[in-house]
This record gives sequence, structure tokens and C-alpha cells, in this order.
Amino acid sequence: MLRVGMAQVTPRLGDLEQNLKKHLEMIHAARKQGASVVVFPELGLTGYALRDLTLSVAMRVDDPRVMRLIEESVNIDLVFSFIEESDDHRFYITSIYASKGQALHRHRKLYPPTYGLFEEQRHVARGEDLSSFQTSSGATGLLICEDAWHPSTLYTLSLTGTGVIYVIAAGPGRALNGASDSSSQQFWQRMIRTHAQLFTTFIVFVNRTGFEDGLHFFGHSFVAGPDGEILFEVKDAKEGLHFADLDETQLRSVRYRSPFLRDEDPERALQRMKQALRAGRANG
Amino acid sequence: MNTNLHAHMEQTLVRLRESVRATAPILVDFLRDEVEKTGFHDVVFGLSGGIDSALVAYLAVEAFGAERVHPVIMPYRLSSAASLRDAQAITSDLGLKADLVEITPQIDAYFSRDPSASLLRRGNKMARERMSILFDHAAVYRALVLGTSNKTELLLGYGTQFGDLGSAVNALGDLYKSQVRALAEQLGVPAAILHKAPSADLWEEQTDEKELGFTYDEADVLLHHWVDRWLTRAEIEALGFAPELVEGVMRRVRLNHYKRVPPVIAKLSSRTIGIDFLYPRDWGM
Repeated sequence: MLRVGMAQVTPRLGDLEQNLKKHLEMIHAARKQGASVVVFPELGLTGYALRDLTLSVAMRVDDPRVMRLIEESVNIDLVFSFIEESDDHRFYITSIYASKGQALHRHRKLYPPTYGLFEEQRHVARGEDLSSFQTSSGATGLLICEDAWHPSTLYTLSLTGTGVIYVIAAGPGRALNGASDSSSQQFWQRMIRTHAQLFTTFIVFVNRTGFEDGLHFFGHSFVAGPDGEILFEVKDAKEGLHFADLDETQLRSVRYRSPFLRDEDPERALQRMKQALRAGRANG
Repeated sequence: MNTNLHAHMEQTLVRLRESVRATAPILVDFLRDEVEKTGFHDVVFGLSGGIDSALVAYLAVEAFGAERVHPVIMPYRLSSAASLRDAQAITSDLGLKADLVEITPQIDAYFSRDPSASLLRRGNKMARERMSILFDHAAVYRALVLGTSNKTELLLGYGTQFGDLGSAVNALGDLYKSQVRALAEQLGVPAAILHKAPSADLWEEQTDEKELGFTYDEADVLLHHWVDRWLTRAEIEALGFAPELVEGVMRRVRLNHYKRVPPVIAKLSSRTIGIDFLYPRDWGM
């Protein structure tokens, strides 16, 4: 059984110290509740609408504040996120999976959206690599917000049999749809459930809360099971720490019943994609 | 109006109105969050007796409680008695203590040197006078000024720059007039206010729709299609809207865009305010 702490927080924009403090408090509370892992949303350490603040909040992975959190993972796994600065001074929206006092995996956001209300690639670079990593619950994946809108990311993770994917988000709501949940929340939930079902994996979606420059981050974090059903759902857009218990043995029966991963033929799929790419280019 | 257009308008307005059903709690949280993170606790706004400021009053009381909400009623001698009565109905319904500041002395003193001033000049002057009073009251109460301009007015530019368009936080700016009305009804704004003809009340017998030359319902549907649904002019005209109406509305939106952005600055340095000095408004809050 994997007990996931979902830290649905409201970061203070640009205030690293305050946000680090909140992370430590939530980790402490999650530990008390027996969580195996606690997951923070996208840019939980910095806030989202940073624009030129990106330069002043960026940290290297060996920054003492990042290290402070990594060290905290001695007896509880952590997923947290910040603006990472590389040795050659590129800036990334990064998330780290820390375990046993080490940074087990680092994911740099692959698809920083730059359209409509989003302007991420004005300030940050695209990540390039995507791989799963082994945790106590087997092959695990990490995606950041817009990454999940590109099915190739989930497909890639599925090739290593990934059974748990953490999708951390700073998802702004578009509230005008008349329902008690925002339309963004509805389309996120629809999309994540479909991914979970198609790739027969648990997906833990942790979204932030609060307002920045008029953007309303809609919270409503949830977990979808490998059959696409909602296993747990936060029903509000308020800051809070929530817990969901994932029974990993569910993967066994679901993958037997719905053997999409077994029957997928990635080599041929890759060939077909290459052909389609060539044809697409030829069609202009 | 042809029957098809009429049916289409009705349908769209129903959808617009229904879309705000779950919006009030978000706006209440928005007000609390955007005000309190600045370090302020109180709010001030102009209460005219119209539907927009009425809705702001109901949202603000829910967000802050009546003691932290400071409406200011600022009639001119030609303002209608009904406006004052409606404003007072709101304050008594919500248990608000309003300040009453007549603007007649300063407006009349100013225009006594130019008695031929147009209604437009007078109206703009009054709007800016009220803005100036609100910001002064903001200093008195250590409060932020709440805006009361809705999306229809903002798009049409039907407001006075640095007058009623001036505020620190605006909860109504993404709601069309018909949505303001639906939300106001939902929050219990008195019926007399819901159903009267919208008016800037800058001179006698003025109504918004008379002055604009089209109805808010027409503007809302047209703007919704154009702004939110990205329909082209041809597609909007194909719905049955008269080309002159479409042109009239689009022209207003275009010509008044300057009112919705900060003043344009000549770029000279490598980092220019408003161009590439890019910080969130919530910077440092």
C-alpha cells in the first residue's frame, strides 16, 4: 500500500524562505500521518507567475535550500518543484523526486506552454529527457503540468511499465461553466482518467491553490486508478494536506484484464510514426 | 430583429447567465486574497445604486464582513433620487455604514468658469472627482479601492479613464453585464436595482443603452462571440446581427483599447516599464 500525501498548497510568489518553511511543515504533518511520499505542486517553492522574478528565484540543485528538502527525505519520499538553474545558466521548471536523503530523479518540464495566458518559454528552457525511475512502489514517473497534455510523455513512461505517475501542476481555473467545479478542472480530470486507463497506471495529480495576478489555481487534486476510476479527490480549491492510499496490487489484475501494455508494439509503432512523420513533412 | 437572431440571442444569454452559477465563491476568495496579500484589510468603493456597485457590495461583505467594507455614496445635484434610495437600500440590507459625499460644490465651482461645458466633459469630470474621493477615503480607512467596471463596459470603453475605470482590484472585470445581473440576482440584490435601466446617472434621463445606441444584451452576445469564441466578423454577421451594429461595437472596442492599458512609454533603455520590465503585479506581496 502506497500512502500518498498530496500537499495542495498556495505558495507565496517569489518567497523561497516562506515556501520552504511551509514545505517542511507539511512534510512533518505527512510523516505523522504515515505517508510514504508527499507531493507538492509545480513551482511550489517559488510560485508560478514569476516572469522576470525567474532569475532571482532560480536555484541550482545543490543550493542549500534544495539540499535541505532532499535531506528531509530520509524517511519519507518527496516530490517538489522550483526554478532550476543549470551550470550553463539555463533555467528550467524542475521537479525532484527525493528518497532516502538523495535526489533520486530530476525532471525538467518538457513542454513549458507559451500561448494564451501562458508565457513560460519566454523565461525558461525546455527540458529534454524523460525516463522513469525505481521507487519502493516500482517504476515511477514524474510529469509537470503541460507535459501531461502530450500523450507521448505517458506513452514513453509506459514502455518501462511505469505504475505510478505524479503529475504536478499549477493549473489556472476558467470558472465560467456553471458547475461547482471549473471547466479546467473538468478537462484535466477527463484527460488524466483517460491516460490512467490507456496506460493502466496510477496517476496522482497535485494542483496548487490561491491567486496570482488574477489567476485562480483550482486545486481539486486527485488520484486516478489504472482502470481510469477516481480513487480519491479533493473537493475544494483550498490549501490543505490530503492522503490517498494506493493499492499497487490493483495493477496486477487491471493489467491482466486490460493488457494494453502487453499488446502494445512500440517498435512497430515507432516505425509507423517515422513513416507518418516523413509523410507529414512531404505533405508540407 | 429577425426570429433566428432573437432565438439565438436568448439561447446565448441563458448560457451566459447560467455560466456564473458557481462564480461567487471564487470572486469572494479573489477579493480576500488580492486585498489581504497587500497587507490591507479594508475596502472602499463608490456605491451608485446601480447593479454593478451593488454586486460589489454583496461580494465585499461576504469577503470581509460589513465592518471592513466602506461604501461611499457621491451624488451630484442632478443624480436621480432613485439612485440614492437604491444605494441606501443596499447599505441597510447589508448593515453597511456608508459615507455620503456630495460632489455638487466642487463640480459646479469648476464649471462656473466654463458654463458651456458639454455633458461629456461634465460627466468625465464627475467620474474623476468620485475617483479622487475614493482614493482619499482609501487613505482614511487604510483600504484598497474596488473597481466596479464589468467586461462589457471595459470592452466598449464605456467608462472614464482615471475615473470610474480607476481602482486597485476589480472582481467584475471578466463578467458581462448579463452575467453581473445573474450573479446579483443570485446574491440577493434588491429587485428594484436588478430591473431598472442601467445608467451612468451623469445627467438626467441618461441611460447607457440610449447613449450607446444598442442594448447590453446585443453587446454581450456579440462580444462573447467575438472575444471569447474568436468568431470572425463574417461569422457574427451570419448570425443575423446588422453589419452596422457589428462595426459599431467592434470600433468602440478598438478605439477604446487605450483605456485598458497603461500609458505607452517610449522605449529608450534596455529595460523599459510596460515593455520588457516584466514582473507580476503580485510581486513582493
